[in-house]
Amino acid sequence: MLRRNLSAWLYVAPLMLVLVPFFLLPILVVLAASFFETDGFGGLLPTFTLANYVDVLTSAQTFQLYMATLKFTVLTWLFTLIIGFLVAYFLVFHVRNQLLAIGLFLVCTVPFWTSNIIRMISWIPLLGKEGLVNSALLGTGIIREPIEVLLYSGLAVVIAYVHQLTIFMVVPIFNSMARIDKRVIEAALDAGASRLDVMRYIVIPMSKSGIALGSIFVVSIVMGDFFVVKVMSGGSSASVVSAFYENVGVLQYPIAAASAVLLTLILIGVISLILRAVDIRREITQ
Amino acid sequence: MTVALERFDVSMTKARRGVLAARSGRRPWTFYALASVFTFYVAALYGPMICIYILSFQDIRGGLVFPMKGHSLHWFVDLFTQVRTGDVKGSFDRSIKLAVLVTVITLVFSFMAGLAFRRRFFGDTFVFYLMIGSLVAPGLVLGIGVGLLFQWIGINASWYTSALGAQLSWTLPFGVLVMFAVMSRFDSVWEEAARDLGASRWQTIRFVVIPVLAPGLVAVALFGFTLSYDEFARTLQTAGSLNTLPLEIWSMTLNVTSPSLYALGTVTTVVSFVIIGACIGAIVLINKRRGIRATSH
Repeated sequence: MLRRNLSAWLYVAPLMLVLVPFFLLPILVVLAASFFETDGFGGLLPTFTLANYVDVLTSAQTFQLYMATLKFTVLTWLFTLIIGFLVAYFLVFHVRNQLLAIGLFLVCTVPFWTSNIIRMISWIPLLGKEGLVNSALLGTGIIREPIEVLLYSGLAVVIAYVHQLTIFMVVPIFNSMARIDKRVIEAALDAGASRLDVMRYIVIPMSKSGIALGSIFVVSIVMGDFFVVKVMSGGSSASVVSAFYENVGVLQYPIAAASAVLLTLILIGVISLILRAVDIRREITQ
Repeated sequence: MTVALERFDVSMTKARRGVLAARSGRRPWTFYALASVFTFYVAALYGPMICIYILSFQDIRGGLVFPMKGHSLHWFVDLFTQVRTGDVKGSFDRSIKLAVLVTVITLVFSFMAGLAFRRRFFGDTFVFYLMIGSLVAPGLVLGIGVGLLFQWIGINASWYTSALGAQLSWTLPFGVLVMFAVMSRFDSVWEEAARDLGASRWQTIRFVVIPVLAPGLVAVALFGFTLSYDEFARTLQTAGSLNTLPLEIWSMTLNVTSPSLYALGTVTTVVSFVIIGACIGAIVLINKRRGIRATSH
């Protein structure tokens, strides 16, 4: 028993040698910094103060930032879930040729391995004031003036998120759907269930783990993002992390750290809510 | 991903044998509805990217939007020769080196962790949640933490120390998760057989485990390389004074308003596609050779 534990720890030792100094310690450093004072030049005075938290929690800006982030998170989650679920469902239950299904699945996953930044800026020629969408709408006479809110707006932010993150829903949902034994569905149909019943009582409950896993990815990425918000909103909206980035830019580390700790706590709360619904570890390792 | 595909194989054959295939002889209307959703999704996925590849081939009059103004390689030349657009060549070079380094480390470390996680051991839940935490932690926060840590210890941040570690904290959890999926199909009977035949622990790994898991290991390498090559949030505060390619692109989005931005997009995507193609090709080739060997015996 002891020997087995020892050899297992030998195998995970390299992993831990990365995770401790590059995840655990940095998080603790941020936690510590959130209780420090700044000397105003980027240096930190190791005192203990709650002033940073008071500042963060009492400012009206914090509330607005969280509301904005929450809005983006909910909208992105909803759209990625709907699209991801439909795409996965189509691939698993409707494409009959197996080779074709694998090919189509790969087509969906390839962009995941390319640069997010490039995929984001690629919306500029489409959504801009003189972009393709506006010229098409002008050309068909649906609108007279170009719509300016397409790019550099909240809408553009959500589009960019959905574009980048739907894949995080497709893959886990696809995975759990592919595990559904088709005979269960046949049995249900034989017993007189409608296709809606099959969806409600078999497909959705059995895809729950995939949906949960996808949701964790989407929610944590959107809540932790500042890049898409900054570029796609053209500076007109901010998120919790983009405000954090501004604070770091002017060397206000303690207040940035306090807001980071707050964000992390909220993120942990959301994720543990999702984890209560499914045992992710069992789902992943089995 | 490979596991998803193989599981899918199994359930597809089951479906074909079953009544379901016979019953759905005629496509229901939902098939057409979902097929259009799928088509729309793929078009939206690739459409914008294709636009910027096309626009990067404009000549000197080119702008950021359609219509195309001429055809030339002007902006590609501009990209690598102009000082104004920053040190593209250098950052490209650094990004590739860093990605190779990250790939090798990710591959070895996640393979080892995957071996450990096949059985329960003392503290496995702690390691698992540490990994999940590292995966979902906001990249920028983590980057700042690493930056501050290095500052306190008194080591200068650079792309091959702090940025390397920060990137590994993101690629390793991914690699290990892929390893979990790959390992779930590994039958430990093969290992026992090797040991019964007198193979040492290292020989078992070298001649049984690694060859059997080869396609999965290629998938881990693919994740390691591409995630590192495109990493931004964790690298931003940890790369020190020299930029990696995504950081270069980021600074270009803020101050360059010419198609050289698109040209850079085209160049880096070509690199990504070459890597993806090579990895998928390798997986297919390994599986094909196995198929031949299996039938000839």
